[in-house]
Amino acid sequence: MNPLERIARKFGMLFRRDRFRSDLDEEMAFHREQVERELIADGMTPASAHAVAGKQFGNSAHLREESHQVIAFSWESIVQDLRFASRQCRQNPGFALTAIFILAIGMGVSVAIFAFVDAAVIQPLPYAEPNRLMDVAESGEMLHRSNLSRADYEDWKRLNHSFSSLDVYGGSGYLLRTPSGSEPVPAARVSDGFFRTLGVQPMLGRVFHPGDDRPGGAKIAMLTYGTWRKRFGSRGNVVGQSATLDGSAYTIVGVLPRNFEFAPRTNAEFFVPLLDKNQCEQRRSCHNLFGIGRLRDGVTAKAALDEMKAIAAQLEIQYPGSNKGQGAVVEPLSEIIVGPMKPIMLTLLAASGLLLLIASVNVASLFLVRSESRRREIAVRGALGATPARISRQFVTEAFLLGLLGCAAGILVANGAMKGLTSLIPKTMAQNLTFLWRVGFHWHEAVYSVCIALLAIGLLALTPILRLSFLDVRDALSDGNRSVAGRFWRRMGANLVVIELSLAVILLVGAGLLSKSFFRLLHVDVGFDPTHLATVQVVAPPTAYSKSEQQVALFRELDRRLSSLPGVESVGISTDLPIQCNCNTDWIRIVGKPFHGEHNEVNERDVSPGYLSTLKAQLIRGRFFTADDVASKSNKVIINQKLAEKYFPGEDPIGKTIANGGLDPKSMREIIGVVGNVREGGLDDELWPTEYEALYQSPGNYVAVAVRTTGDEKAILPSLIKAVHEVDPTLGTYGELTMGEQMNTTASALIHRTAMWLVDGFALIALVLAVVGLYGVIAYSVGQRTREIGVRMALGAQRSSVYGMVMQQAGWLTAAGIGIGVACAVGAAMLGGKLLFGVAAWDFPTLAIVAVVLAAASLGASFLPAHRAASVNPIDALRTE
Amino acid sequence: MKRPELLPGTLDMLILKTLTRAPLHGYGIAQSIKHISDDVLTVEEGSLYPALQRLLLQGWVKAEWKMTETNRRARFYTLTVAGRKQLGLEVTQFEQMITAIGRVLSEA
Repeated sequence: MNPLERIARKFGMLFRRDRFRSDLDEEMAFHREQVERELIADGMTPASAHAVAGKQFGNSAHLREESHQVIAFSWESIVQDLRFASRQCRQNPGFALTAIFILAIGMGVSVAIFAFVDAAVIQPLPYAEPNRLMDVAESGEMLHRSNLSRADYEDWKRLNHSFSSLDVYGGSGYLLRTPSGSEPVPAARVSDGFFRTLGVQPMLGRVFHPGDDRPGGAKIAMLTYGTWRKRFGSRGNVVGQSATLDGSAYTIVGVLPRNFEFAPRTNAEFFVPLLDKNQCEQRRSCHNLFGIGRLRDGVTAKAALDEMKAIAAQLEIQYPGSNKGQGAVVEPLSEIIVGPMKPIMLTLLAASGLLLLIASVNVASLFLVRSESRRREIAVRGALGATPARISRQFVTEAFLLGLLGCAAGILVANGAMKGLTSLIPKTMAQNLTFLWRVGFHWHEAVYSVCIALLAIGLLALTPILRLSFLDVRDALSDGNRSVAGRFWRRMGANLVVIELSLAVILLVGAGLLSKSFFRLLHVDVGFDPTHLATVQVVAPPTAYSKSEQQVALFRELDRRLSSLPGVESVGISTDLPIQCNCNTDWIRIVGKPFHGEHNEVNERDVSPGYLSTLKAQLIRGRFFTADDVASKSNKVIINQKLAEKYFPGEDPIGKTIANGGLDPKSMREIIGVVGNVREGGLDDELWPTEYEALYQSPGNYVAVAVRTTGDEKAILPSLIKAVHEVDPTLGTYGELTMGEQMNTTASALIHRTAMWLVDGFALIALVLAVVGLYGVIAYSVGQRTREIGVRMALGAQRSSVYGMVMQQAGWLTAAGIGIGVACAVGAAMLGGKLLFGVAAWDFPTLAIVAVVLAAASLGASFLPAHRAASVNPIDALRTE
Repeated sequence: MKRPELLPGTLDMLILKTLTRAPLHGYGIAQSIKHISDDVLTVEEGSLYPALQRLLLQGWVKAEWKMTETNRRARFYTLTVAGRKQLGLEVTQFEQMITAIGRVLSEA
């Protein structure tokens, strides 16, 4: 028999189902009649003949079904199940919508978070063979990874055999001449092979050619796509035109493509070749660059590291003055770019996973309640001949349908959440998060969605199967014997609720710890008064302000002009504001103390006389700078307490002398004061020794101005900018922020805040779901036990003891959930410890508060059903059967 | 008393064989098998009708509505050429099976 022919015949039957059914019915009715007639002929009465024939024939619905199955396709019964399932949903839209809504939230949040994690951590960097790209840097005594000096780079590049190319980049900034004046723009200086090493093709023009970075070479620049659009009107003929940076014309040779990103220098608008060595680059001991290298085929990162270490050791012998203790580090570039994101991303992913789990468990327990109330239906179907497998399949189909709808809605939620979360990130921060534009629904997200959807649906489908496999049809049909199934249900539902409560505890504890970390971070002792401080960065064009006298005169004038503004209390000028970084360091030597060429690394800041008092830094000993500390006088220096403790333990540092390693007479400076530790590095960085030198003794072109105001520091910013431009309209200004804003927008604050808000949100949803879940279980169990409660009360039980009974059940579940949850939460917090600041994983107050909040919420949720139970009228309760 | 069950897999063959004599309706087929086997073999209605659907689907029998002698409408099944071929095949297979079983059983 040709199988094709059979399928064709099945198809033919598909459209003649009614005919098939009526034929079959008539045929079987005829058969039954014949049997009856035969029995009557044998002497039976017509009535008993009818009964016997019917009995012999058996369940006619079942018979019809069996014949039907022969001609039906196997998927038809699934369609049938689906139709029934959708009818169930429509019959009970509240249940269906709740389930879909909960799943959609869980799923949507999970997928959205995954999309961010994917963009930030999983997707490969947009370079050619990104896994062969290495970050190459020096390592110092205090810093695991520190900048490369240009001289060292040149030697490393010449001597190494591990990299097919080794290039460097460094931060830079220029005053760009614009039609309206001049504007400071961030830029990057790179070696000639930088873009070729990354494997980036220009959108217009060319990348730098070999030799373009030679000292004395032509001044050329590449634009980023954003700069091309913003400043050059997206003109196609921009290549060959010039841009004026710091008063010199740079010829534009190329424009980078739109998708180009380089996270270590995200905000750079221009890329310029290294060209002439700046002051720093003329010394081997001054480090201002970072390296990127592309590994040669077959060379491992480890082999490259070993070789670079060997080269560094060789240079250390060759140049003991500058290179003592300077090693090398080689790490995957992706680790440098992506590494810092990993802890927060993984924490958020885990938290969103927990939320999805809670949502699924919650829907599963809803399902249980429903399957319980459909026990009669199940029993009837069983009595009509449905096998347990067939009934289970019906429930699985229903779970599948709801799961599918929930997950589909979840993907919509995910898309909305991605857009919402992206728009929540302030623009100034979004600029630094280059991965944001990659966030979206791609195939990674699709695969992830399918995986978690299958898990969620699997969990939903499994619950009724487990539940049904323990259900005795006869028990259920009688519907009177509630104790057996009831006890089982209580156990199963209770287990689910305990899981839910523990998951909620984990999220709540996580949220509590992260919130506390964030609070601690923002309230860390910064060593100065960050309120009423307005700040702005000022750039003096190097052409007009090339001599120190010109610079000093400018700073004095700035100080004078800004101090006279209404609402300004005092003005300070420094090379760097606090809470930025432990950077711009200096190697010092204490004159008169043993010295073996070690690198005593300290932060170095050049400050105006009024700077430290404007910050309200605490003067511990000696004095601050005065207007008299100028280049013509002997050099003076103020140190922070950390430096005093480290290098002058148990001594009075005032009057002692600091110098550079070579004891250069020009570097000799006398300590005139000790200040409390003003936090120069990030809020969660460790405190470093810091020296403050007199700005008027060593001025520069880039300074930061801090202004202490009597009133609102935010309101004064515009007049501050205006006043700076009144001093000299060619001055560039940027970064006008209050100190509070500065603190809030630091990288560590951003990371902690994001983690806190998201996990807090998740925890809130989790709390609601868990409490609703508990309410459901308790309410259901009270409903099931109405009769038992009625009997108890009829026998004289007091209302208070009924309360007690219900609340006790809820109490046990809550206690179990909290107990398990706290144990898991401490473990989870220890795993995610990198995100905690100033708080331990087992922080008792947090754990206690979470326990109390959850216990209160749970007991509140169970109070309603308990009240209902206690108000049961014994007579009514007994009559319910 | 419980009657012996039909050997599994033989129902299709018995129906086809019964139809070689004349077209019959479902009841007739059941009766015929019962009589010829001296009441040893009974065909349950629960398996007869699904089996008939199966045979129809395979194209081994045809069905048409006709009048019985008592002037009742009934569905009569007729053996097709393919059905006759199939019957031959099944009978051969069945006989081979019986011979083989017999040989095993008669082994002393």
